[in-house]
Amino acid sequence: MTYIAKPRLHHPELPKNALGFTRRDYEGRVSTLCAGCGHDSISASIVQACFELDLQPHRLAKLSGIGCSSKTPDYFLSHSHGFNTVHGRMPSVLTGANLANRDLIYLGVSGDGDSASIGLGQFAHSIRRGVNMAYIVENNGVYGLTKGQFSATSDKGSKSKKGVVNTDSAIDMVMLALQLGATYVARSFSGDKAQLVPLIKGAIAHRGPAFIDCISPCIAFNNHAGSTKSFDYVREHNEAVNRLDYITGRAPIHAAYEPGETIEVTQHDGSVLKLRKVAADYDPRDRIAAMAFLQERDAAGEIVTGLLHVDPDSHDLHDHLGTVSAPLNRLPDDALVPGSAALEKINGALR
Amino acid sequence: MEPTNTEAPEYFHKVVDCQWACPAHTPVPEYIRLIAAGRYSDAYMVNWKSNVFPGILGRTCDRPCEPACRRGRVEEEPVAICRLKRVAADNKDDITARLPKAPERKNGFRVACVGAGPASLAVARDLAPLGYHVTVFDGDPKGGGMIRTQIPRFRLPEEVIDEEVGYITGLGLDMKYGQRIESLKALLAEPYDAIFVGSGAPRGRDLDVPGREEARANIHIGIDWLSNVSFGHIEKIGKRVIVLGGGNTAMDCCRTSRRLGGEDVKVIVRSGYDEMKASPWEKEDAQHEGIPILNFLAPKAFTYEGTNGSTRLTGVVFQKMGWTTDDKGKRRLLPTGEPDQHFECDDVLVAIGQENAFPWIERDVGLEFDEWDMPKVDPVTLQSTNPKVFFGGDAAFGPKNIIWAVAHGHDAAISIDRFCRGQDVGLRPPPNVLQSSQKMGIHEWSYDNDISNDERHRVPLLEKDKALSSIKFEVELGFDKGLGYAETQRCLNCDVQTVFSTPACIECDACVDICPMDCITFTANGEESDLRTRLKAPAENETQDLYVSGTLPTGRVMVKDEDVCLHCGLCAERCPTGAWDMQKFLLDMTHAGEKACGR
Repeated sequence: MTYIAKPRLHHPELPKNALGFTRRDYEGRVSTLCAGCGHDSISASIVQACFELDLQPHRLAKLSGIGCSSKTPDYFLSHSHGFNTVHGRMPSVLTGANLANRDLIYLGVSGDGDSASIGLGQFAHSIRRGVNMAYIVENNGVYGLTKGQFSATSDKGSKSKKGVVNTDSAIDMVMLALQLGATYVARSFSGDKAQLVPLIKGAIAHRGPAFIDCISPCIAFNNHAGSTKSFDYVREHNEAVNRLDYITGRAPIHAAYEPGETIEVTQHDGSVLKLRKVAADYDPRDRIAAMAFLQERDAAGEIVTGLLHVDPDSHDLHDHLGTVSAPLNRLPDDALVPGSAALEKINGALR
Repeated sequence: MEPTNTEAPEYFHKVVDCQWACPAHTPVPEYIRLIAAGRYSDAYMVNWKSNVFPGILGRTCDRPCEPACRRGRVEEEPVAICRLKRVAADNKDDITARLPKAPERKNGFRVACVGAGPASLAVARDLAPLGYHVTVFDGDPKGGGMIRTQIPRFRLPEEVIDEEVGYITGLGLDMKYGQRIESLKALLAEPYDAIFVGSGAPRGRDLDVPGREEARANIHIGIDWLSNVSFGHIEKIGKRVIVLGGGNTAMDCCRTSRRLGGEDVKVIVRSGYDEMKASPWEKEDAQHEGIPILNFLAPKAFTYEGTNGSTRLTGVVFQKMGWTTDDKGKRRLLPTGEPDQHFECDDVLVAIGQENAFPWIERDVGLEFDEWDMPKVDPVTLQSTNPKVFFGGDAAFGPKNIIWAVAHGHDAAISIDRFCRGQDVGLRPPPNVLQSSQKMGIHEWSYDNDISNDERHRVPLLEKDKALSSIKFEVELGFDKGLGYAETQRCLNCDVQTVFSTPACIECDACVDICPMDCITFTANGEESDLRTRLKAPAENETQDLYVSGTLPTGRVMVKDEDVCLHCGLCAERCPTGAWDMQKFLLDMTHAGEKACGR
C-alpha cells in the first residue's frame, strides 16, 4: 500500500468518454494490496472497461466476498453500489440483488479461495441458475491474506514459496463454469490488459452468467520458480486462442480481416464480439469442443486464454422464472403488496 | 530508441525544468524544500551561491524558471518560484558568518571591472575569495548598476540593494565610485591582468518624430529618468503622463509616474497587448494601479504650444496600427489608415528600448566589433578578441536581465581565472552532480511526495492608496511564512528523479496502473516519433524527453514521458522489486576556483 492518496491531477490530454468522464473518474480509493499485486492490474482493467463502455457508475453494483481479491472493489468505481459479503457468499447476495433490481449491472469480484473453496457451492449454483452477471475470479492460486498456503486452484505438483509440493488436484474453474452452463467463459492474465479489457467489456455486456478466470500473480507468495501462477510461468505457457475486439452496437467496424480469420458474435444488446482467431479451428460457440480442447491443452501444460466459450442465444434467471420486467423498486405499492385477498387466492391454489 | 543514458548529467538536469531554464542553473527544488523546512538561511545560501542576489532577484527576476515550471503544465499556474526566493531572503538570520572571505594573502592577479552592476559584482564575488585584487569602476556614486538606477524603490527597497551589494563589496574589493571609464586603451595600459566589461546597455532609445526638439523640456528618456528618480534628482512629474513603449521599463516608468504626482498616466504601445515585451505580471501590476494600456497606436508627432524659447508639450499624435497579412503570409504591423488620434499630456516618458554604447572603447585596441557595432564575444567564455578583455551582462549581447548578467559573471570569472593562470579558457569545468536514493522505508521518502492541490497563492499587496502615496513604500508585502510554506508545497520536486532499473523489472504493470499522469508505458520499441504516438497518453510535448529502458524479458521496453510526471514516487512505491527508485539529482554549477568533481 502507499501512504499518500493518488494525486487528483491527471494528464491534461486525458480523453473523455461519451458521458464526459475521464478514466480517472472510474477509479476508487488507493489500493492497500501489496506492491505489484496482479489484482491491481485487474482493477485497472475494470476501470478501463467501464470507461470505454460509457457506463454510468451508478448503474453498476460490485459485489465481493472475503480475501485480497474481494477487497479490490474498494479500489475501483467509487461511485457505484457495492456489497462486501460474508466469505464465499457473494454469488447468493448477487443473485438476490439481481432478482430485486434487474436493471443494474452486476459485477461479482472474487478470488480462488472465496469461490473455489468456501464459496464453491454458491459459485456453482449462481452459474447453473443463469444469473445475469459478470463474475471475475482473481485467481492467484494461493491464500495471500494468510501468508501463502495452497488454494483449491493451485496446480498439483506446483511448489509453495517454501518449496512444499502441492499434492492435491486443482479445481479448474473454467471447466466448472462450462460444465455448469455459463454462457460466456473466458480466461485471461492480469499482465495482459490488451486481452483482459475487451473480455471484461464483453462480459459486462453479456446477458446471462459471464465468467472470467483471471490469473493474477501473487507477488508476495506465489511468484517464484515452481509456481504455476507466476508472471514468468504464465507468460511462458500462455496460449491465447483468440483476441477479442469488443464493438458496441452503434460503433462502425473499422478493422478488416481476411474471411475465415474472424468470428463475429452479436450479443443481445447489439454489441458485437469480433474474435480474431489465433488457434485455427477453435470455435468458442461450440461448448463441447471447447471443453475437449481445454482438457487436451491443459494436459499438455498450456494455459489457454481468450474467450473460450460464448453462447449467442443466452438466457438468464429472469427469463427462466418469468419475473416481472420492472425492478421491484419501481413497482407501485399495490403491486408489491397485493393484500390479503391475493394471499388467500395463492394459499387456496396450494391446498 | 536507444536506452536513455541517465549517466550524462544533461538528461536529469533537463527534467528539472526550472533549473534547466535558469541561466545560473539555481537548484530551485532544493531551496524550496529548505524553505518548507523553515531553513531560510540555508535556502538563502543555496541561492546566494548560485545567483548572488537572492533578495533582489526574489523581487525583480525575469523568472525564466516559472514559464518552464512543470506545475504550469499539470494545472493552471507555475509555482511562485521567484517570490519564494524572497521568502528565504526575508526570513533568514544573519548570514554574514557564512559568506566567503577574501584571503589576506592575495594571489597577485589584478582584475578591473567596468561598471558596478550585477555582472561585474558576480565576477568580483567569484574572484575575490580566490585572492584576486578586484577593482570596480562605476560612474554612479553607489554600486548595483541598473539594479539601483532602473528598478524603482517601490519594487525593490534600497536596504535590500545595500545589503546584497554590500556582501560583495565587503570581500575587500577596491570600489571606485564616480569614476566612469572613458578609455579602454587607458585602462589596458594600467597593470591589470584582465578586464571585465559589465557596463550594461546604458543608452535609452530616443524617438525622433516632429516636435521632439521643440517639446524636449517635457520629453524624457525612460531609463535616464528612472535613474534620476532613483538618486533623488527628480521628485515630480506632470499630472497627465504618457509612457511610450511596452517593455518592463515602460511599466516601471508609468508606475513611478503615479507616485510622483501623475494622476492620468497612460501607457501607449505600438503593438498589441500580447506582443508587448513586458512580463505579464508587470503589465498586470500596472493595470492594478489604474494605468490603462492602449495598444496599436504608433507615435507620429509631439504637439506643443508657444514659440521659440518658451514652447510647452501639449500632447502626442498617434497613428492607428493593425495586423495585416502580406502576400507571403507574413503578419505585419501596419497603419490601418484610420484617422490619427491625439492624446493630451504634460509629460512623455520614452521607453522604447535600450542600446549598447561603447564610445569609450577605441577601435584600435585589438577588440573587434561586429556589423551591429557590438563587440565580438565568445558566448561560452565571454572572451573578446582581445584575450585580456571579457564581457558580460547587457554589455555582452545586448539587453537581457539580471539573472543572465549573473550567469555571465560566473562564466567570465571562470574564464578570467583560467586566463590568469595560463590555462585554456575554452576548457570549462563540468558541473558537480550528486545523485542519491531518497528511500527511507518501505513507503517513506526523505522528501514530501504528497501533491498539494492548492492553486498558486497570490502575493499580498500594500493597500493601493497607500502604495501610490510614496515611491518608497514597497508594493508587494511578500509571502509570510504560512503562505510561503503553502506555496512551497506546490513544488513537484522535479529534481527527485524516477530512476528505472531494467534488470529488476518483472513487468507487473503496477507502476502503469498507479501513475496518476499516465507517464509510463510498456510497449514495443520504435523510433521516437513513432513511440510518442503509441504511449498511454500521447507525448506531444517534444521539448520533453522520453526515458527509455533496455529491452525487457517480454521484448518490450519501458517508456516514460517526462512531460507531466508529478514525481510523486507512486511508481516506486507500487514497484515490488525496486525497479523504480526516487533519486535526488542535485546539480551545482562549478564556479571559478571550485573543484569540478568530488567534494
